[in-house]
Amino acid sequence: MRLEDAPPRRRITLTVDDREVTVAEGSTLLDALKQLAVDTPTLCWAENLTPVNVCRVCVVELEGARTLVPSCSRKAEAGMKIRTDSERVRTSRRTVLELLASTVDTSAAASLQAFSARYGADPQRYGAQGAPHGPRDAARPGHHAVTSGAEAEGVAQPVKVDNDLYVRDYAKCILCFKCVEACGTDAQATFAIAVAGRGFEARISTEFDVALPESACVYCGNCVGVCPTGALMFTQEHSLRAEGQWRPEAQHETDTVCPYCGVGCVLRLHVQDDTIVKVSSPVESTVTHGNLCVKGRFGFGHVVKLRRNKREAVG
Amino acid sequence: MDLRPLRDAPSPEERDAIDAALGAPAAPPTPLALGAAEALRPQLLSALHAAQSRVGWVSRGALGYIAERLHMPPAEAYGVASFYALFSLTPRAERVAHVCDDVACKARGADALAAALEAALGPAGESTQGIGWHRSPCLGLCDRAPGVLVQCAGATPLEAALGEARPDVVLEALRRREVPAEPPTVIHQPREGLRLLQRVGVADPTQLDAYRAHGGFLALRRALTLGPAAVVRELSDSKLAGRGGAAFPTARKWQAVAAQPARPHYVVCNADESEPGTFKDRVLLEDDPFAVIEAVAIAAFAVGAEEGIVYLRAEYPRAYTRLTEAIAQCEARGYLGDNVLGRGVRLRVRVARGAGAYICGEETALLNSLEGKRGEPRSKPPFPVEVGYLGKPTAMNNVETLVAVLEILREGGEAFARRGTPQSTGTKLFCLSGHIARPGVYEVPFGTKLSALVALAGGVTAGRRVGAVLLGGAAGVFIGPDELDLALSLEDARAAGATLGSGVVMVLDDTTPLLPYLRRMAAFFRDESCGQCVPCRVGTVRVEELLSRVARKKPLDSWAAETERLEALAQTMCDASICGLGQTATSALSSALARFEILPKDEPSP
Ligand SMILES: Cc1cc2nc3c(=O)[nH]c(=O)nc-3n(C[C@H](O)[C@H](O)[C@H](O)COP(=O)(O)O)c2cc1C
Ligand code: SF4
Ligand code: SF4
Ligand code: SF4
Ligand code: FES
Ligand code: FES
Repeated sequence: MRLEDAPPRRRITLTVDDREVTVAEGSTLLDALKQLAVDTPTLCWAENLTPVNVCRVCVVELEGARTLVPSCSRKAEAGMKIRTDSERVRTSRRTVLELLASTVDTSAAASLQAFSARYGADPQRYGAQGAPHGPRDAARPGHHAVTSGAEAEGVAQPVKVDNDLYVRDYAKCILCFKCVEACGTDAQATFAIAVAGRGFEARISTEFDVALPESACVYCGNCVGVCPTGALMFTQEHSLRAEGQWRPEAQHETDTVCPYCGVGCVLRLHVQDDTIVKVSSPVESTVTHGNLCVKGRFGFGHVVKLRRNKREAVG
Repeated sequence: MDLRPLRDAPSPEERDAIDAALGAPAAPPTPLALGAAEALRPQLLSALHAAQSRVGWVSRGALGYIAERLHMPPAEAYGVASFYALFSLTPRAERVAHVCDDVACKARGADALAAALEAALGPAGESTQGIGWHRSPCLGLCDRAPGVLVQCAGATPLEAALGEARPDVVLEALRRREVPAEPPTVIHQPREGLRLLQRVGVADPTQLDAYRAHGGFLALRRALTLGPAAVVRELSDSKLAGRGGAAFPTARKWQAVAAQPARPHYVVCNADESEPGTFKDRVLLEDDPFAVIEAVAIAAFAVGAEEGIVYLRAEYPRAYTRLTEAIAQCEARGYLGDNVLGRGVRLRVRVARGAGAYICGEETALLNSLEGKRGEPRSKPPFPVEVGYLGKPTAMNNVETLVAVLEILREGGEAFARRGTPQSTGTKLFCLSGHIARPGVYEVPFGTKLSALVALAGGVTAGRRVGAVLLGGAAGVFIGPDELDLALSLEDARAAGATLGSGVVMVLDDTTPLLPYLRRMAAFFRDESCGQCVPCRVGTVRVEELLSRVARKKPLDSWAAETERLEALAQTMCDASICGLGQTATSALSSALARFEILPKDEPSP
């Protein structure tokens, strides 16, 4: 529905941490929390994606409810009484962060690290991270080998490098579903990847784990754009990190309009040492909502290649 | 959406089997109108079953062909197929035995059976000359423990359950592709006073006329005469509460669906029964299938639906045959169809099969599974009464709940409510298993003492004493021998911090250590978690690891710290998980820790 066609929305009032807030009907609790500037951790939520409410790091206490509720997807109702910093909320948020940290490589997950610091989450709470009990892509649903419990079973696995444009390091994946949504219903409509397997062995996969070039992937990079953990990473960034040359503090961003076609997508160029090291698009952009196609996303490649060649020639 | 198909082609056998399930493909293939692909999706599981039961596994060629036929992305088809334990996406033996090693069978020789099969066939999951075996969670055969499900793929596939399974019988069945027929269900209690079980073991479950001769279809006639609103009123008077575990008032659910303006409405009978220790629904489905169908038809009539779907766990092959044959007889005789009993009412019932996933008993996961998706629970609200099957208002009930409706229409809601206790009306089926003299289904009025129920089933085996009772299933609680005085009603259970759940009463004698059972249950939840949400996906793994450390008597740090760790895990799983699986996964464990000495104590520091 276009904005001007929408009927005026009813407004409803609820209470958050003893403060009243009024939001439009249909808003989520997270919308209300934002309005009150209550800083709320989120991992699986994104402005441009349908909420899947699976990470559970955004939970809040709703008076009268048996369990906590996910603020990112729960709709606000008149008269709700919400607590965002009770002992119950803190315990669940901390435990969820500890469980994730015990399972995945969080080294490139800046937001997860920041939330962990805020909630005093101890990544070693469940012991040192151990290897999966078997190859994850071959896991059978409903079956696993029982471990000794000396280590916390993790999801370590080799990085998948099967194309020139981005790499998939699922040892870092928290299974937030964002890439699947971006590739499917919410942006790209390509459906190259899906959640496969079940339980702890659930994972992001192509059909039968075929390499990306054999899959439906069109290299739009939108999955990389939404990934909150660095599990999906542009090859450029991945190599720079491996060389110890990825320096976010030394980067600046410039917005420009994509020259390839007439749509007019906003490109945000991330520049480090006069080199474009990444291309994204702002989520706020009404043209792209953060999404691009392969040309906008990777068309800068020739610029990069030139620079690299120059650097190598000089060095 | 530009679909890129898998390159592998199906074998002619696979193609034929899939075409038989989906109907012959249109030639030439027609492009689909928007939304039409979505409408094909609910056929996904039956197509996967067809491929698997033809050749024993779902090959790339078969999956690719199914995805093509259903106009769905292969990645999604793979995502769905890889969710279900009964589908194998790697080559698997053509003939396999799924051997239950879950709690009730563990108490009756499952570990020895598994060891014998391992000695004969090699480790679980491997194949020798096309024969193999797998471990399985509860198969709903706990009264005939240890239970086995035999599956032989081929042009005429064989699927059959085998109770009180001995290794030689299992091996012989696999070699000969022939399973000895299961004996009819035995009711071990006096027949008078039986209501839900009145026809079990009495009326031939394969004959519509036998059903009629024992009072069949009187309730449907009465319902059609009363009209939908009056049926719901009777239900309301009866105070019937759901028997699937959550004890929600059935009248309120039906009322809510009936009142929804969106059309069509649907009725779903939850016959996924997978809670370890539960087999009551199987007894009703196998031994009184017409009753289940009649009840689904009444529910559909009452909520304004024309279609009722029975979602049946795939591990119940006999129930599947009985139900489908009974539906065919009902259609032929006008008890289902476009003009039911000549009253101008249209009612259809069909059976859909799961594929090995406990979580698909959760109502919203079940709906996703019915729609051909991964069995991941949806977030509630909205509830299925508003947004259910294919997004339409849906009334979902447990098998036993629905069969109780027949009794309510037969005798009237008020008369029904006089049995049981004021808050828990009617009779209830309990599943007695474990160390009990006469395992089986028992029907008693709510409020019956647990001790009386145990006595009715002949008491503990071999003259031993009760050590512990698992009440309500893996998602239930353990209680101790000093609590047998408990009255089995919803309110008494609640007051005692227990739950009746799905009616599981699994008895362990006083010589049995609990820890192996707690570990089996932890493994169960780990295996059966859908994997969506972090507290459950990772929490169930961490709980199992902690119990491994208890078994090895090696804490990470100290037992005091392990206790704290477990408490934080339990609280978070209860509080922050999406659905009932994660929320109750530590319930039995916590109850056992509170009553029995499970965790070692720290040595006092010198
Ligand atoms: C993990 C889980 C598994 C469940 N399994 C079953 C089941 O196998 N059969 C069933 O009837 N209800 C099951 N339920 C309960 C259903 O969600 C639902 O409440 C029930 O089918 C409603 O029917 P009732 O009102 O007649 O009880 C399960 C719930 C959860 C959370
Ligand atoms: S790059 Fe684009 S098409 Fe490829 S997997 Fe990611 S979102 Fe899908
Ligand atoms: S790869 Fe990234 S976006 Fe995809 S599920 Fe994992 S963490 Fe989320
Ligand atoms: S609690 Fe467990 S089963 Fe339920 S949605 Fe979460 S992961 Fe899935
Ligand atoms: S951000 Fe709300 S559940 Fe993940
Ligand atoms: S059939 Fe084995 S525990 Fe139920």
